[in-house]
Amino acid sequence: MELLKKLTRCWSPSGREDNIRELIAAEMEPYVTDVYTDPMGNLICRKKGNGKRLMFAAHMDEIGFMVTNIDDKGFLRFVSVGGISAHNCVNRGVIFENGTRGVISYEKTVRDLNLDKMYIDIGAADRAEAEKKVSVGDMAGYDEDFALMGGCASAKSMDDRVGCYALIKAVQAAKTCPNDLYAVFTVQEELGLRGAKTASFNVEPDMGIAIDVSMVGDTPESAKHSLSLGKGPGVKLKDASFIIHPKAREFMLGAAKAAEIPYQLEAAAYGGTDAGAIHLSGGGVPSGTISVPTRYIHSPREVVNLADVENTVRLVTKMIETGI
Amino acid sequence: MLLKELCSLCAPSGWEDEARKFILENIPAGEVTVDTMGNVIVHKKGKGKKIMVAAHMDEVGFIVSGFTDEGFVRFKTVGGILTTVLVSKKVVLGEKKVPGIISAKAVHLQKRDEREKLIPMSELYIDIGAKNKEEAQKLLDLGDYGTFDGEYTEFGDGLVKSKALDDRVGCAVLLELMRNEYKNDMYFVFTVQEEVGLRGAMIAANRIRPDLALVIEGTTCSDVYGTKPHETVTNIGGGAVMTAMDRAAVSDREYFELIKAVAARENIPLQIKRTSMGGTDAGSIQRSGGGTKTAVLAVPCRYIHSPVSVMSKKDFDSVGRLAAAVLKELEGREL
Repeated sequence: MELLKKLTRCWSPSGREDNIRELIAAEMEPYVTDVYTDPMGNLICRKKGNGKRLMFAAHMDEIGFMVTNIDDKGFLRFVSVGGISAHNCVNRGVIFENGTRGVISYEKTVRDLNLDKMYIDIGAADRAEAEKKVSVGDMAGYDEDFALMGGCASAKSMDDRVGCYALIKAVQAAKTCPNDLYAVFTVQEELGLRGAKTASFNVEPDMGIAIDVSMVGDTPESAKHSLSLGKGPGVKLKDASFIIHPKAREFMLGAAKAAEIPYQLEAAAYGGTDAGAIHLSGGGVPSGTISVPTRYIHSPREVVNLADVENTVRLVTKMIETGI
Repeated sequence: MLLKELCSLCAPSGWEDEARKFILENIPAGEVTVDTMGNVIVHKKGKGKKIMVAAHMDEVGFIVSGFTDEGFVRFKTVGGILTTVLVSKKVVLGEKKVPGIISAKAVHLQKRDEREKLIPMSELYIDIGAKNKEEAQKLLDLGDYGTFDGEYTEFGDGLVKSKALDDRVGCAVLLELMRNEYKNDMYFVFTVQEEVGLRGAMIAANRIRPDLALVIEGTTCSDVYGTKPHETVTNIGGGAVMTAMDRAAVSDREYFELIKAVAARENIPLQIKRTSMGGTDAGSIQRSGGGTKTAVLAVPCRYIHSPVSVMSKKDFDSVGRLAAAVLKELEGREL
């Protein structure tokens, strides 16, 4: 789990993925033929094979905050980078790339909570002191550390560092490579699947598989969702961004059955993954998504089950080793 | 003055003919193409990187959607116009430039609660002075376009008020930038249909496949009475505006830092936009093809998308100077 810990500790909100890209590139380089960064910032790792082009996508960005104003007393106003609910960040810690730490709080009352009425306190005495550490346009991420709890782990940015983890580990573990393999770590997924769009334009895959987190319905009185923690990776049949292609479905379920990996079928009413961008790229790409069941998505403490994570690694490994 | 002439043109999204014609007549140099969407693409060949500089020539406006028996014109807005802005505004409609006034039930006839409420767009109409439906239909057809009628006027300390500053300021800057000599392979693009979803830019960018893009815009500004200091977004007279992130795009980080450094070195006032609202052609260009690094420079405009948007000539000048300096800087730098 050391690598997952390292990945979730890394600071990289959407559009500012330099740190995580460097970290992942170092992990991938010994195991692939070629690693390059496209103009949007996607990290494209190719392991040359004689078969068709199989592309996996895990997004390396995380949700965060962007400073929009610094006031006379040194408090910062901000907007969200990606989908952040006000209640998820009340009195929570944030951290800037240069290590500046802050706390998010709210104006008068916790009722009618709204990001417009919240601010970041970085402990500065006044504007001048704040401006020494932070500028308008700077981004911050949640400041929470990786923690083990029972058979689970919690951290910020499990969405989608756990997907990155599974893809890295699978490429490292795969014994054969019958496909022309592209392991892509995408940018700006949280802002609307943006990186995956240009990455799949560049790769022109014959099949695309996203690896991302997905909601579970197994907590007290929770809303209904297909997945539960601990029952294996989800094979996503649909969400708001795509419907699984029959070829992708056959390929994914075939791999799970062949390697005797537990899996869950999932149909989601909303949400989107990089598969949404990939399947509509070029002349169309059969696509699917593997879901890592995750609790409290987009909060500072996203929870995954470690057995699910390992089974996701096994499933991706098996898919890499299977010709499409 | 070029900007004044540009602002007086009627060119709502999808019906940019008048702006396109004027721009085509005023292009100083380069190889000119009008693409299938109607974008004007001016290529100034160079040996270096492919750089796309874009401004949109369309503006927000109206489209005729029906006629009443009394001869009033029903309409829909084209692009984002607040209903609060509409009542009692002058407009021009159709190729014949038929003058009209957006209107609603007379104030005396409005009940007390009606006066205090926003009148929904469905109850507004345009009065073109026609006696009845037949007369109105002699002047206009269903589907005819229109724009605000908002004269270009200078006032105050170097301020300008006009309709369509968004984005004729960008068009004016491009026409100037084109006069310079460049080492890079330059494409100056006047896009269509930005106000209805960054549409023209997507097609233009897919055709050009640029390495880098610079978008020149008019952007929102609320440095006015009643706005809290942290909600002003930009300031009139505060200099050129650069966007870090809006709803359509995140600026490329190195490119963003490069522009900041150029502004500081050249002593050109620069402000970073203090909101993530709004979107520009950069959103389409960034995600075109295999991806393009983008940045946005803008002139702050109060009351944007109205007949009386207001800007400072100093800010306009700052955007022009900074854009020129940035394009020069890109000749010696890799991003």
